[in-house]
Parts: sequence; C-alpha cells; structure tokens
Amino acid sequence: MNDGPRFGIGRGPLFVERQTYRRRRLMDAARVVPVVGLFLWSIPLLWSKLPEAAVPTSRALLFVFGVWVALIAVAFLISLPLRPVDKPEDQPGRNS
Amino acid sequence: MTTLNALIAVCLCYVALLFVVAFVAERSAAQGRVAWLRYPMVYTLSLSIYCTAWTFYGAVGNAARSGLEYLTIYLGPSLVMVGWWWILRKLVRIGRSQRITSIADLISSRFGKSNLLAICVTILAVVGTTPYIALQLQSVTLSFEVFAEAANPGQSLTHNATALYLAMGLALFTVVFGTRNLDANERHHGVVMAIAVEAVVKLLALMAVGVFVVWGVGGGVADTLQRIDASGLGEWQVSGGRWAGLMFLSAAAFLCLPRMFQVLVVENDDENHLRTASWAFPMYMMLMSLFVLPIAVVGLELMPEGANPDTFVLTVPLSQGADVLAVLSFLGGFSSATSMVIVAAIALSTMVSNHIVMPIWLRVAPGEGASVSGDVRHVVMLARRMSIAGILFLGYLYYSLSGGGTALSTIGLVSFTGVAQVLPVMLGGIFWRGATRVGALAGLCTGFAIWLYTSFLPSFGPGHFMSGDIVAFGPLGLGWLRPHALFGIEGMDPLLHALLWSISLNTLVFIAVSIASFPSPLERLQGAQFVNVFQHSVGARGWSAGVAQSEDLMIMAQRILGAREAQALFTREAAGQGRGGQLPDPSPDFLQTLERELAGSVGAATAHAMIGQIVGGAAVSVEDLMAVADETAQMMEYSSRLEAQSEELSQTAGKLREANEKLTRLSVQKDAFLSQISHELRTPMTSIRAFSEILRDSDGLPPEDQTKYASIIHDEAIRLTRLLDDLLDLSVLENGQVNLNLRRGSLRDVLERAVAAAVADDSQGVIELRRDTVAEDITLYTDLDRLSQVFINLISNARKYCDAVDAVLEIRVQSGNDTVILDFIDNGTGIAPEAQDVIFEKFSRVSDQKAGGAGLGLAICRQIVTRLGGKIDYLPGQQGAAFRVVLPMAID
Repeated sequence: MNDGPRFGIGRGPLFVERQTYRRRRLMDAARVVPVVGLFLWSIPLLWSKLPEAAVPTSRALLFVFGVWVALIAVAFLISLPLRPVDKPEDQPGRNS
Repeated sequence: MTTLNALIAVCLCYVALLFVVAFVAERSAAQGRVAWLRYPMVYTLSLSIYCTAWTFYGAVGNAARSGLEYLTIYLGPSLVMVGWWWILRKLVRIGRSQRITSIADLISSRFGKSNLLAICVTILAVVGTTPYIALQLQSVTLSFEVFAEAANPGQSLTHNATALYLAMGLALFTVVFGTRNLDANERHHGVVMAIAVEAVVKLLALMAVGVFVVWGVGGGVADTLQRIDASGLGEWQVSGGRWAGLMFLSAAAFLCLPRMFQVLVVENDDENHLRTASWAFPMYMMLMSLFVLPIAVVGLELMPEGANPDTFVLTVPLSQGADVLAVLSFLGGFSSATSMVIVAAIALSTMVSNHIVMPIWLRVAPGEGASVSGDVRHVVMLARRMSIAGILFLGYLYYSLSGGGTALSTIGLVSFTGVAQVLPVMLGGIFWRGATRVGALAGLCTGFAIWLYTSFLPSFGPGHFMSGDIVAFGPLGLGWLRPHALFGIEGMDPLLHALLWSISLNTLVFIAVSIASFPSPLERLQGAQFVNVFQHSVGARGWSAGVAQSEDLMIMAQRILGAREAQALFTREAAGQGRGGQLPDPSPDFLQTLERELAGSVGAATAHAMIGQIVGGAAVSVEDLMAVADETAQMMEYSSRLEAQSEELSQTAGKLREANEKLTRLSVQKDAFLSQISHELRTPMTSIRAFSEILRDSDGLPPEDQTKYASIIHDEAIRLTRLLDDLLDLSVLENGQVNLNLRRGSLRDVLERAVAAAVADDSQGVIELRRDTVAEDITLYTDLDRLSQVFINLISNARKYCDAVDAVLEIRVQSGNDTVILDFIDNGTGIAPEAQDVIFEKFSRVSDQKAGGAGLGLAICRQIVTRLGGKIDYLPGQQGAAFRVVLPMAID
C-alpha cells in the first residue's frame, strides 16, 4: 500500500514525529488483523474428522464465534483512532 | 392460522412502508437535509444486502445439510471488512476520485476507458446475477407456499404466477426509486434508506426466531448446545477444501458482486463510513449467523422427515403456533429478497445502459454524434428502466427454466463463482501498474468460459443446455474435458473444481498476457492514477483542447446533465477561468471536469467517447506521458535541475558582488579625482593669477624677474594645456573618433624614440633600462606614433613610481606567429592587488603622494592599445610592477 514511510528525494522525512509514528503503526495493525483472522479461521482445517476424535459442533461453534467477536473488538479498537486527520499523507495530491 | 390473503396484505403494507421511507429520504435529500442519511450506520446497514434471502432461508438449509459450512459465506466477507485498509479503502478512494458508477466502469476506466472490457464485465455480471435473482424469487415463492400449505393443506400455489407478480412489483419499486436521478454519484438516498430499514427488519426477524428457538423451544443456551452435539450435526464434518474454498469465494464475491460494489463504493458518501463498517458489518453478519445452527438443529428435531430445511425459519414457528413470529420471519425473508433484487437491478441497469445501450445509441442515433441537440437523458433513463425490467425478466426466466428445484445455496454459489471472475482483474488493476487491457480481456474471457462450461450450464440440470452425456463423458467423448473433471482430475467437489480452474487459469492468463503485451498511453496513465490513488488526486489529464467548441460541449452537457445542471457547471467553470458571463474556454482542465461529470451519468467510457467525438484531439498530452514516466526519475531530474540552477545563481551572485565592489571603488576614485583635478587646475591657475597680478601691478620690476615670472606663467599654462590635452585625447579615443596613421616600421625604432622622449626630462629620477635589441628587431604595421605614446607612458610611469634604490626597468620582447608581446617589468614594490584592476580606469592613481599626473595615462594607453587591436594588462606575480602589451604584427 502507499501509506508506509517513503524514502528518497521529496518523499517526506525519514523519521516522523511521535503522533504520525503511532498512526502508521495503527495502520500496520489494521493490515495485520485480517491475516490473523484468516490464520485462526484456518485452524479448523486441522481438526480431525474421525468419529473417535471429532470436535463437537458446539465447541467448533464457540471457537469460530469467539474468533469473530475478538476480530470485531480489535477492528473496533483500531478504527477509533484511525479517523481521518488533515495531514498531507492522507490528503490527495501530495505528489502531484 | 394466517390466511394467505392476510399475508399478502401484510406484504403490501410493508412495501407501502418502504415506499414511504424511500420517499421521505428522497425528499430530505432533495431539500438538502442529508445529515441523518449520512450516518455511518446507514452505510453499514446498506451493506447488509449481502445477506439475501439465500442467507435467510438457505443458510439454515445449508446448516441442516452440512453443519457449520454455512459460516464460510460470512467469514470471507468479515475478513474483507476487517481488512478494509488493504482493499476497500483503495476501492472507495478510486471510486470517488474517478467517479466510478459500477464495477464494469471501474474495470473499463482502469484499462484505458475501454468499452469492450466494460461490455465483457457487464455481460459477466448479468449472467452471474441472473441465477441469484432467480434465487430470490424462488425463496419468496417458497415462503408463500409454506403459508399456503399451512392455511389450506393440499392446495398448491401456482409458483410461476407468484414469482412473476413479485418480479413485476420489484421492477416497479426499482424503477420508481432507482432511476430518479441520473447521476449515480448523487446516490440513491431513498433506496439506501429503504435497504437500511430492511436490514434492521431481517436482522430482528432472524434473531427473534433464533431467540424463540433457543429459549422457547431449546430450553436455554446450554441445553441448545447439548441438543446440537446430540443431533446428526454434532461433529465437525466440514470438508477442508470447502471450508477454505468457500471462504475465499465469499470474500471474492463480496468485492465483485455488482450490488455489493454499488453499496460499498458507488453509494459511499464518505470514506470515513468505511471505518465504522469495518467492525459494525462483521458484527451484523455474526448476529445474522448466530442462530442459524440452533434453528437448523431444532428444525430437524421438530419437523417431519423430508421437510425442506430451507423453510425451517418459517415452519418451526408455525409448527409451534407462533403465527406472528412466522409472519415477522416471512417479512425478514421478503426484505432480504427485495433489497437484494432492487440494488442488483440498479447496479446492473447502470452497467447495461452505460456500457451497452448508450454506446450503441450514440453510434446509430440519427444525426450521429454527441453534439446534436435534444435531451439524451430520457434515452438513458429509458435504457435503465428497460434494463431493470429485462434483468428481472431474465431472473424470472432462469427461475422457471431451472424449475426451482435445486437447493438454494447451490444456485447462490454458482452465481458467486461467476462474479468472482472479476476479482483477478480488479485486484490486478488497483495494485499492479503492469496490468493491461488485453491481459484483462483475456483473463476475464478465460475465467468466464470455464465458469460457463463447468458450473453455470451444468447447473440447469442435464438436458437443458448441456446433455447428460457431456457431463458424464465429455464433449465428443473427450474424457479430459468433462465439465466436472477437467484435465482428468476427478473426485473434486464440482463447485471447488469450477472455482479452482476458472480462477487460477483466469489469473494466469491475465498475468501472462499483461506481461507480454504493451499498454496504450491512456491505460498507463489510468494505471498510475489507480495504483497510486493516494498520491495522485489530479484526475487523468485527458484532452489537449483547442479544437473543441464550447457550444457543442454545452449542447452535449445539457442533453446528459440537464439544462440547469449543465448551465450551472459551465457558469461555474467560466467564472473559474475569469470569463464570467461567457462560455468557458475548452481548456484541458475544463474538459476533464466535464468528462468526470458526464462519467457520473453515463460511465467513464461513454463520457470519454462523447467528448472525444467533439474534441477530436489527442486524448493524451505530453504532460500525461511525463506523469506516466517513473516518478523517481522525475524527482531526480527536478532536483538536479534545482542544483544546477542554484549553482548558477551563486555564480551570478559572486559576479554581481565583484562588480559592485569595483563600482564602489570607482566611485571613490572619481570623487578623489574630482577634488584632485580641481586641485590640479587650481594650483597652476593660482600661480598664473598671482604672477600675472605682480607683473601688472608692480612698476619697477627688474627685467630678469619679469622674464622669470612670465616663464612661470608660461610653464603653468603648458601644464594646464597638457592636462586638458590628455582629457581630450582620452575622450576622442573612447568615442572611437581617432584616425590611425598606419605605417610600417621597426619596433626597436619605436622603443628608441619612446625611451629618448621619456628620459629626456631628468627631473623625474633616474632609471636603468635593460633591453634586448635583437628581439626587438620586428617589423610592425600599425600606428607607430600612438604606440610610441603608450611606451612613453609606461616608461615614465616606471620612472615616476619605481621605489627601488637602483631603479631598473626591463623590457622583454617575445614574438609569436602574428603577435608581439612586450613586458615592462621594474624592480619596485609593484601595485597592490586591490588596485590592480582599477589602474586602467580613468582618473585612477595608485598613490596620492606622488600626484604627478591626472591618472589618465594608463587609461589612454589601454584605449590606444585596444584601438590597435591588442591589449594591455597588469602582469601580477612579477618582482615589481609589470605591464604586458600584446600587439598584432599587422593591424587589419
């Protein structure tokens, strides 16, 4: 994506102030969330389907919904401080 | 028991309510009171059209058949939503900055505003969505049937009639609220609001049934979980392939479904709403799916063997006598179906009218050309309305052809696989600048063809479009081309088989052809704009104008935007250009703005084509190509240019500083000279006056005194004359009025004469001369008298100013091919460096103490030498004062 720190001529500073730094790490977090979700929801692929070792549906249900709730909560927490601010990075036309 | 008539009445009331909601929202929007329409929650709820009747009825059916597999349909979109920062944010930004009207418009716009591509995506979308619309009709028909059965057991309903009425009713609602305004970017507030209301209704309905089942029938959460484990669905039996494959499929479909694109991107009012939806919509989906499994399990327990699990949501409450709940649940299902159909119809009709009908109309319309007067809006409107009707009719046709027999979720997945074919091209388009139009076309066609062959055509069942023989043995008996076992790979789930081959070959062909082909300039420009949308806000610089006629543009804009909007736009632009009251100049900026506005109404490709018809000029200017060029290279070029400029500037500044210093010194010298010259003039004048007064007033002056005084007066007068002569000489030389007396003569003779003249007067001190008479034997063709004047000046200067005890002046002569170099070097202290560059100026004197002359000698020398075609300079770095005279052997 295009929000990471950019280097080189005219690409903004190499190091940024604390506030911007925090915001960029939040963006990183926002990008990581779906990856984590995908990983967690892929775990059922490993569950055994043999009758003697099968996972009860109730437990599977709790697992999937538990991950779901956690993802929603994390997404909510991340989305709160990510409200747009008037900063050049998110403003269109920066390098035009 | 609820009668069928009562149910129909409830339905009609509900539809009337939706009409009112939509109408009020439209009114508010028209009056500018849009604040409450712009809550992020409205946006989030409008996304719920993802949860269709398929979700409502089919999910329970799916759960009853295959356990937790139904969850995948929600998990994929949930991941896409929480991962909004990756894809959705970019899509929404592109959609807003390029004024995208549909997914076909996005693809076409990205790949050089190609209409062919738009047509492909449109056809794919129509074919892919038709089964889905059929599905909605089927599920509503099914739910009517349930109530009919309950009311009058044994009486059967005419399915097709119900479906037909439903399709007609939906078409009416969609036409009324979906085609009110032309500019898709003005957004359908009424429809969005109605959908939001429907979203709440279906959520409440499903949750109400769920609560009823868990606490009313199941006996609480723990008991229900026990029931689930005890049931036939009690163990995790989902196939890994389907779990992963369906999750991917639903995520892909979530991005690519035309109706989802419509609400996600086109109807998006504010990017910020996405932030809220990123967690709120997953929550909505979680709540929607929370009670699905309990309802399925309880339904399996309660309902007789062979009951259709797709209708458990209705039949379970009915069997328990909870009629009101059943009606609410029916409304939920009805909401799901209607909202999906409405938005899908709007999205598809926009695509069909913009990318298929309008281009054809533009080509075949009488008068041919975009600049013919007359309102074209009614054509667009009509095209949209016809498209809506046509799409719903297609859905009905599919429904009646497929017989409505297949399980709901199967149809839905076939449809999903179809629209997911757009995914590689879409993602490639927004993340990869190398994606080309040809590549996209090839990829899409590949995916579409494979999907048709392996999934869509077989879905009608054997005998309709594909004979059972082909399915079983392959076309012409080619076993490796069997639709469910391509390349002889058997045993795969048919859906996964179709998904795997269509998406992977689609992607492969797309990438390979993109790499092998070369994009047009406009494609490259659009590619840069899309991929770097967060850096570029300026739109594509489309037109190099000049030939475009403002009147023609005005006529065309009026036809599409309407007279009022067009005039407002033109007035605004004209004011922006400082041409108030006139038509704006067809500047590239203006044309670009106009194209964007038109694109909001008729799509990017059509708008581009229409302006192209009028402007006719090249679509891409040199500046555009510059923009395509690598940005880093531009940056570096720019920075090196800056560096060069700053260097140049600093050099100029240095020169200026030097000049300024020189000027300051000159000015000081001039002041000094003025006082000096007045002093010089005054001194002889004073003595002349004094002695002449003595001569006049004294009577008995001895003759010798008289002679003495008279000769003083005479000498002083001569001195004055000489001074004035010098001044005159200089001014003559400077003005170039001097006539040279050119003669041939020996340099040695000239020097001899000059030395004799310079040392004749003994009063100025003695100097020893060192000469090289052999080297001096050179014949010159020049003004020998003037040259001698220069030498006299240099020699007498040395005599006057050389401060050595035994003053020596050395005259060196070197001769080149056609020049002679004479150096006059004495053994004094020389001239101070800071004075070296002003000694040749007029009135310049090195020291005030030895104020022998007026400071004109060297100035005159320089003028003479210059006139003779040579130059005279101070020669630094010698022992004493040194002057170098360079002369041509022969003057031209």
